[in-house]
Amino acid sequence: MRLPGAAALTLLLASPLGAEIRPDERRSDFHQMSPETRAMQTDDTANPGMLAVLDGEALWRAKAGPAGRSCADCHGDARITMRGVAARYPAWNAARGTPVGLAGQIDICRADRQGISAWPAESRERLAVTAYVAHQSRGMPISPPGDPEMAAARERGGRLFTARMGQLDLACAACHDDNWGKRLGGTPIPQAHPVGYPIYRLEWQAVGSLQRRLRNCLSGVRAEPFPYDAPELIELEAFLMQRAAGLPIETPAVRP
Amino acid sequence: MARALVNIPKTARRGDVIEIRTLISHEMETGYRPGPNGVLLPRDIITRFTCTYNGVEVFSAELFPAMSANPYLVFTTVASESGTIALTWTGDNGFSQTETATIEVA
Amino acid sequence: MLVSLSRREVLLAGSAASFVLAVPALASPEEMNEAIRRFTSGAETKAGRVRLDLPPLVENGNAAPLAILVESPMTEADHVRRIAVFNERNPQPNVITAHLGPRSGRASLSTRIRLANSQRITAVAEMSDGSFWSGTADVIVTLAACIEGA
Ligand code: HEC
Ligand code: HEC
Repeated sequence: MRLPGAAALTLLLASPLGAEIRPDERRSDFHQMSPETRAMQTDDTANPGMLAVLDGEALWRAKAGPAGRSCADCHGDARITMRGVAARYPAWNAARGTPVGLAGQIDICRADRQGISAWPAESRERLAVTAYVAHQSRGMPISPPGDPEMAAARERGGRLFTARMGQLDLACAACHDDNWGKRLGGTPIPQAHPVGYPIYRLEWQAVGSLQRRLRNCLSGVRAEPFPYDAPELIELEAFLMQRAAGLPIETPAVRP
Repeated sequence: MARALVNIPKTARRGDVIEIRTLISHEMETGYRPGPNGVLLPRDIITRFTCTYNGVEVFSAELFPAMSANPYLVFTTVASESGTIALTWTGDNGFSQTETATIEVA
Repeated sequence: MLVSLSRREVLLAGSAASFVLAVPALASPEEMNEAIRRFTSGAETKAGRVRLDLPPLVENGNAAPLAILVESPMTEADHVRRIAVFNERNPQPNVITAHLGPRSGRASLSTRIRLANSQRITAVAEMSDGSFWSGTADVIVTLAACIEGA
């Protein structure tokens, strides 16, 4: 009864691929949510994602590793030093010769600067510290870095975005470029801008990363999701951030 | 210890009705949900919440599995005197957490 | 595009199936009425004085915002003692039971609840004179589109 009717499908079938979202029409998926879910995000005393931010703040100050150094020991007051950082990730890491996401950069600090192993993907700690760092950029426009190496990564991400995949043979773009604003079953299709990650997703009843969200959409088209931290996921993220350039960061966003 | 977000006005006039907003991290595992292996995950929820004002209970609630994860509760109390407001969540598997806040009543 | 209807339906039927699995035994309206009778010890419940606010359409049943306001002066002589919320489609009819008193100032409560399905939610208030009053709200729950793979 809640399955989408034939109408929703015809809509997906009928639209040709390739129409990018006009710049003046780009907007955060925040605006497609119900007033109640929007209120849950904008009121810090009601936003469950703020629990992760709070958790991250404590971890930021926690001593760790053989030298007993905290993030704060090197980076000081995150409100100042981390302001705007999330808005320009993924970034090119010259030493490693790869693009890294924000969580990946935190892994690097743990490995190289603190001498301890990275927190596992989607662990409470990794999400909390990432949320805390990203929260410092709330309200700042997404500003992807200009390195030529990043341009190449973005291009690969863009190709993935428009490639049909999975048993459903659907491209991300078929939903998010061509049919945003329409409904799939009861759910509005968003433009898919990664403005609020890590997000608190009601479906998860928890905070999760963009990669988890992307993996959900990959399962949605019945494609084998790329493993966490796979280059494809970072490239997709780099592409999506470019596509969302200028939109303000919302971390921690709430999404249905 | 679970993270909790508590919002209580720091100051109030005597007789004001103040709003207390609370959010605590807890999965609120219902006991009705199968785990990856198909076996039901055991129930693990917060079962009780109390608010005391200078030691006197002014609000309490029994919670059931139908409460959302990371329980959110907003209620009111009359600002009667300066002192301490204490919030306690207790539940399955010995869960217990208390947060306190002071209020200045003029 | 060449997407076959049946494949699409397989996808959504698949997510619907895992959703149903998550709530094996649903309560019934009858069980809810039984739970309300236990709460009131069988006393009569009159409709009114209880305002129950739930959005008519909930984006995700894992967290539906709910607000209750009961008409009462909240004085020593005349106040709300308890407010209980019941549902008819979750595995268990009880949601929350709150204890209030004259020191509450106002008989109001906001929270978030889980809804396994579209249904009617009932709130019952017990007054200091021993009377019971109730309010209801109907809510439609939509499912998320792209959920975790099985
Ligand atoms: C011993 C000092 C040290 C510690 C401890 C440390 N970092 Fe770093 N961090 C650095 C240095 C140096 C850089 C820049 C060079 C690099 O990429 O390694 C950096 C870069 C970063 C960046 C990228 C900043 C930007 O402008 O692009 C982030 C984010 C970051 N660190 C987060 C953390 C977090 C979170 C922790 C704690 C888990 C942490 N760091 C611990 C030294 C440290
Ligand atoms: C069949 C349509 C469809 C396809 C194909 C699809 N998505 Fe989605 N996507 C959705 C819907 C619907 C949502 C909204 C949330 C939900 O699932 O309830 C969403 C949400 C998202 C979000 C979250 C946006 C936010 O506000 O946080 C991102 C990011 C995203 N999709 C990226 C992708 C990528 C990348 C692909 C390709 C790998 C993809 N999607 C394929 C339908 C689709």
